[in-house]
Amino acid sequence: MRLHEAIERLDPGSKVIISFDYSPSTMPEIYPMNLALASHCFAKDLKIIGMALWPTGVPLGQESMEEAAQQYGKEYGVDYVNLGYKAGGIVVISSTAEDIPGTFPQDYAGRSVAELEVMDGVENFDSIDLIVSLSAGDPGVREWVMIAEGRYGMDVGTGVTAVSAPSFYPYLNAGQLVGLLGGMKGAAEYEVLIEKSGTATAGMDAQSIAHGLIIFFILFANLFYLLERKRAS
Amino acid sequence: MEAVGVWIAALLTICILSFLYKDNPVYKFAEHLFVGISAAYWAALSWHNILIPNLYQPLFREGQILFVIPLLLGIMMILRLVPRVAWVSRWPLAFIVGTYSGYYFITYLQTNAIEQVRATLVSFIELREWRVFLSQPGLITLLNAIAVPVMVIGVITGIIYFFFSREHKGVFGGLAKVGVWFLMIAFGASFGYTVMARISLLIGRVYFLLRTWLGVIG
Repeated sequence: MRLHEAIERLDPGSKVIISFDYSPSTMPEIYPMNLALASHCFAKDLKIIGMALWPTGVPLGQESMEEAAQQYGKEYGVDYVNLGYKAGGIVVISSTAEDIPGTFPQDYAGRSVAELEVMDGVENFDSIDLIVSLSAGDPGVREWVMIAEGRYGMDVGTGVTAVSAPSFYPYLNAGQLVGLLGGMKGAAEYEVLIEKSGTATAGMDAQSIAHGLIIFFILFANLFYLLERKRAS
Repeated sequence: MEAVGVWIAALLTICILSFLYKDNPVYKFAEHLFVGISAAYWAALSWHNILIPNLYQPLFREGQILFVIPLLLGIMMILRLVPRVAWVSRWPLAFIVGTYSGYYFITYLQTNAIEQVRATLVSFIELREWRVFLSQPGLITLLNAIAVPVMVIGVITGIIYFFFSREHKGVFGGLAKVGVWFLMIAFGASFGYTVMARISLLIGRVYFLLRTWLGVIG
């Protein structure tokens, strides 16, 4: 898992942007990734700067960071921050690249980011070591790759829904992404890697049974189709 | 209060799942409620998160007069609702499309075309991967060793399939057929991922019903 390795390579105190670009409709797939990622970052003593290109991602990101922070004794404003949502997609990414506190002068609850310890020394992308977009569509990882990786040469990783995963593998193969988690399977693999089994790992049993059933139906239907054709001829 | 929310969510989930039996008024109610609440949520969110901080505050509180331009463009956009002057809305739309096209064009080309082409310009034989395969023979090491040739052959034959200026016959037709196989495998993998995504969503809902609502699983 390249995303896991990318986080493992970071030194304690490094700053990671996690962009919560998803909504409750994709929670079963992306929320476990979010939680596992936040847990991994806190376990490695990394600082998380959360933000969202989707307004619905703000409370989900906050919930995941709070849950992980409780387990690792981390504090809001010191170890992590949620900058909230800004409308504009790709324009917000460009603006963040140049001036993070200018783009997000306040956090999601309206507190000035200048007063938060975690934002000390954070000015632009030069202050950031890794970006991870948890993306369920546009704006999302495509925009992060285009601007953050393409223009600024940042390391960008992602966690996406299984539906969209095949369209982002070319980015991974081309080296434009440092890692990719695809759907519930990706989340479960990440949970195994950080040795914290969660809802994704639990869901993989049901997933495997459902897949087995679908394969059985496909074979069953094709068998009858072939038998029917043979009988007709 | 949270329990009430859980009950409402659970009942609405069952309303939506009732469509599996057939289209019915209960499903319609849940569907319409979802659409209505979503529209209201987005309207309120746009007002508080976009219009107030990005237009009202700078224009009316801080007196930044240049913000009259987006205000006018916004009003012109809303005129779409008035049939006699609906044509006015084309101006702000043209502005948005033009701005985004200009902004996207180079970056999109660089990220999605040039970088992707560059990624295929690699050594056909990866000696390092072959050495790994020969020292540790196995399925994964074999797949890593043949990954580049497979990718290059897939790209070339896939392009040949979409080349319609020449009849798909003989060697050319054979290569096109190989391209079709690559496309079918890609579509199959994509479909597999789609199935996985839909099953994941179902698992999420069933997990909510059994754990959060009924509390029958830990």
